Formats: sequence, structure tokens, C-alpha cells
Amino acid sequence: MGVNLTLITPELVVTGLAFVVMIISLLVPKDQKKGLAYLSVFGLITTLVILYLMIDVQGTLFNGMYVVDAFGSFLKMLVVLSSLMAIIMGVQYVEKFITGFVGEFCFLVLFATLGMMTLVSAGDFITLYVALELMTISFIILVGFGKRIFRATEAAIKYLLLSAFSSGVLLYGLTLVYGAAKTTNIDGIMEYIAQGETPPVLLLGIVFLISGFGFKVSAVPFHMWTPDVYEGAPTPVTALLSVASKGAAFGVFMRVFLKALPGNVELWMPVIIAITVLTILLGNFVAIPQKNIKRLLAFSGVAQAGYMLLGLVAFSTVGVSAALFYALMYVFCNMGAFGVVIAFSQAGGSDEIQDYNGLWKRSPFLAAVMLVSLLSLAGIPPLVGFVGKFQLFKAIMEQGYVWLVFVALGMSMVSVYYYLLVAKAMYLKDPKENTPIKVPMGMQITLLATMIITLFLGIYPTPLTNLATQVAKTFF
Amino acid sequence: MDYQVIAFWLLSFITLGSALSVVFFTNIVHSALALIVTFLGIAGIYLTLHADFLAAVQVLVYAGAISILIVFGIMLITRGDGKMAETNLFGKYKYTAAIVVTTLFGVISYFIIRTPWSIETAALSENTIGDLAEILLADYVIPFELAAILLTVAMVGAIVIAREVKNPK
Repeated sequence: MGVNLTLITPELVVTGLAFVVMIISLLVPKDQKKGLAYLSVFGLITTLVILYLMIDVQGTLFNGMYVVDAFGSFLKMLVVLSSLMAIIMGVQYVEKFITGFVGEFCFLVLFATLGMMTLVSAGDFITLYVALELMTISFIILVGFGKRIFRATEAAIKYLLLSAFSSGVLLYGLTLVYGAAKTTNIDGIMEYIAQGETPPVLLLGIVFLISGFGFKVSAVPFHMWTPDVYEGAPTPVTALLSVASKGAAFGVFMRVFLKALPGNVELWMPVIIAITVLTILLGNFVAIPQKNIKRLLAFSGVAQAGYMLLGLVAFSTVGVSAALFYALMYVFCNMGAFGVVIAFSQAGGSDEIQDYNGLWKRSPFLAAVMLVSLLSLAGIPPLVGFVGKFQLFKAIMEQGYVWLVFVALGMSMVSVYYYLLVAKAMYLKDPKENTPIKVPMGMQITLLATMIITLFLGIYPTPLTNLATQVAKTFF
Repeated sequence: MDYQVIAFWLLSFITLGSALSVVFFTNIVHSALALIVTFLGIAGIYLTLHADFLAAVQVLVYAGAISILIVFGIMLITRGDGKMAETNLFGKYKYTAAIVVTTLFGVISYFIIRTPWSIETAALSENTIGDLAEILLADYVIPFELAAILLTVAMVGAIVIAREVKNPK
């Protein structure tokens, strides 16, 4: 039988890379593992180039078990890009706080990347579930392997228990849908639903699916794990967890609901709308009293997941394209913010916001990156976050959800307040000590890149908008 | 055919009964032993469905490996001769849990009973292991290989996490 393996070239490259890094890291002496990070970064850049060239490629493998399309390739690029940045920014952090584990850090990130890449391409519930587990298990290890970091073990155990629970719920949902449709194939389920009947178990299955995916994208009320895990995990892992795992889970959420279940849209849409509103409200309000920057970013991440869900609520090409745009923009802004947190803690600072007092005197560069990232997350023009939010609001406006636009808009105002609290600490208060902070070279380049992209796409978003629109045509 | 129905009911009672005793026993060791019976009962139900390979896997993995793991876990955490109240100091939510679980059970059963299940009578496989092997290495090869990678990652991860951190600075 003819199997076109060129379709999965990026996945094969990442798999090979991960195993090569794993084997080499066993062979080289402990203090010389930094080269592995360079190797991983080089491999991931290669993958990124391949993915960019493959963006127009369409095809399925093994009777629909694995789907390669523009939507998947776009999200894979997002995932690979985040892993790339996480490795560049994380190497020094890992060397300093988790000495001797650089090799493990690199290959576990690569395996998590592989899991996320296959997750967004899954055309069948079985592929979906195995990929999801690969991603989750790699992340559990990454969260817990920094044993000397305060609370990392606690975070890992919480993440393990809660993600096992949510996987169970998701799996139960998948079996119920399978029981009704008698197929695990996403296209097959769509055909089954198109026949017009909705048995009660299918409904039950959809509810379970929403809660399972809701956990992965940390939507309220399934967000409980986010702040604790984000706070306890090593910061580079938190950064990766917050952008890549959310992006990938969001991608599969969209694929299942827009590809397999569009026939029942009137049944599941009210639930999604309720979850979206709750997520936006709670994420923004609970972020206000946070004293720890990682917890603040965790709750801001919950709120941002709510904004991304607006793209699903819109249920249109414009909505999906806006959500994809937002997801990619979120990568740059969040990675910028977490990069500053990493650089700051490497220089001996804690994660408490009051320790950021007077950061601009100690390192104008870090303070500027943090400010740009946070303002962009808040949606202030002319930064890219504004364009992202504008497109999302426009998409749901077109569908007639004016009240939802007002809720989201009002909550964006609230978010400006807590983001500016950090800015106030950085710019208006006096530092406790005046030692300048040295930022490593790789970190500087990455942070500069995120800042420039945030500014550039804010002023001239057309290339990314066009790409996202083209990609969103996969659905509908 | 009738024997199968009798076997099904018998196995169901054994499975559900032992599952309930897992919850209600006051000694954690007894709960673990009851759990093994549950696993075996499910293996029996697989057998009545002609899923012989699955039944074998169920016995090997669940009744064998997982039970051993649980018993090891109990060995490490138990206090006061395995009395549940002394071992699990945080298990105070008996009534809340009962209400939540009964409600959930009621809702799920209601939905399942309301569903008109269509029963298909497809031909049964004569050689389950051979057919499974063909499916796993043809259409399902991607999840199969991913599962292999997943197991590698889990094993390496267990070592990474369990390894002692030497020379803390």
C-alpha cells in the first residue's frame, strides 16, 4: 500500500532529533551538555522551515488516522516556535537551578513538542488520545524534574493527579461519542451526525469532551491547576506550558468541535458561550490581587484562553482566523513576559511583583520587554494584542453577540489595570539594590525578537492575517 | 447462549460488588484485594464478548502489574494496620462525595437508558491476536508508534524524577 511519508516529515525530524539528543546526552560528560541545546535549536529551526514550506500541503494518512492540512501546519509552527524559544531562554536557567539536567530538559521538551504536533494533526480519537498523553506525560516530568526548585514537586503531583482525572473524563467522553457514532474517525463522526439524529449519549459525550478539553486550555471552571502548576514549575517550562500546550489543546478542541460536531452546534454552543464568559470574567478579576508574577501571568493566561474561545463562539472563518492570529500573538507576548521572569530570577530575584520595583534602573531592556509584552496582552494599540482582540471582537460582532463584545471589552479594561500594576512597580518605584542585571546573549536576541515582532505585527498585521485567513478556510 | 447470559450477570455482580467493597471497606489492604477481584471480573466480561486477547491483557496488566503497584504503594503509606481512617487523614468528604457520585451515576444512567442503542451483529474474529496485529501495524501505526515513544518517555521520566540529586551547591 502506498503511504506518503513525506507528509509527516516534520514529525519524523522531531522524533529523530529527540532520540538523538537523548542518546547523546547519555554519552557526553555532565558539564558539556550545552551543545545539545544548540543541536535541538538547530533541529527545531529546520522543522520550522519545513513546516513553512508545507503550509499548503493537504493529505491524510492511514485512512484518515492522521490529517495534514494548513490548520495543523499553522499550529505546528506555533508549537515548534514556542519550544524553540523555551529552549533558548531556558538553558541557562536549567544550568543554574537544575544543574546537570540540560540534556533531559532538551529532549523532554522535544518529546512534548512531538506530542503537541501529532495532537493538532489527529484525525482520529485514538491518535488524539495517545498524542495528548505523550504531551501531558512529558510536561509532568518537565514540571517535576527541578526538585530543588521550591514547590516543583508539589506542582508536578497536582498536575499529574488533575491531568489524569481530566484525561479520564475526556476518554469517557470519547468512548460515549464512539458508542453513538460507532467510529472514532473525526470525519466519520461528522457523517454520522449529518444523518440528523442525536442520541442522548452523544450529548453526554459532548459535555465530557468540553470539560476534558476545557481543562487542557485552562478554561473556567477547569482552571484550578493553572496557578499552582505555573508557580511551582521551572519558569521555562511554565512558559512553554502556557503557550504551546494551550495552543495545541485549543487546536484539537477546534478540530473536534468544528470538524466532527458542527451538526450539533446549537446544542454545544450555549455551553461554550457560558464557559467563555466565565473564563474571561474570572481570569481577569482574580488576576488583580496576585502578588506573584507567575500567578499573575497564570490568571492572565486563563483570561486569554477565554478570548481565544471567542473564536470558537463566532463559528465562522473570520472567527477561526482571528483565534489563530490571537494564539500566535499570544506566543510572542507571553514568551516575552516569561523571558523577563526567567532572566530576572537568574539574576537572583524572586517572582514576587514587589521585587520588580525599579527594574528599569537595573535593566532598561528587561523592563521595556516586559512593558511591551504586558501592554500587548492587555490589547493597547499599536501593539499586536490590539489587532488580535479587534479581530476577535469583530468576528463575534458579525455573529450578533454584541453583549459578549461588551463583556470582553470591559474585561480588557480590567486587565489593563493589573498589567499596569507591574509596570508601575517597574518604572515608578525605587529598587532595593542597584546592581545592573546581565542578560545572556541568546536570551537578549530572543527577547528583542519577540519585542520587534509584537511591535511590527501591531503596525502591519496583514501578512499574518492573510496567513490565518487562508488557514481558517480548512473549516466551513 | 443462555450460559453466556448467566455468566454475564454473575460476572457483573462480582465486578460491581467488589467495586463497591473497594469503596466501603475500612481497611485499605482489603480494598486493594477487592480491586483485584474487580479487575478479574472485567476480564471475565471481556471473555464473554469474545475479546480473548483483551481479557489476557486485562489480567496481566491490571490484575498483575497494577495491583502489585498498588500493594507497594500501600506498603509505603499505610499507618495503623491499614485502617482507612488513619491512613487517609484527608478523607473527610464522605457525604459530599456520596452525593456527587450518586448524582453523576443517576445522570449518566438516565442518558444511557434513554439512548436507542442499535446492535450490530458483525462476524466475530476467529483469530483476535492476528487481526489486532494487522490493524495495529497498518491503519493504527501512528498511535502505535506514539505509544511506544510515550512509554520510553515515561520510563526515562521516572528515572529522571527518581534519581537522587547529588552535590547540592
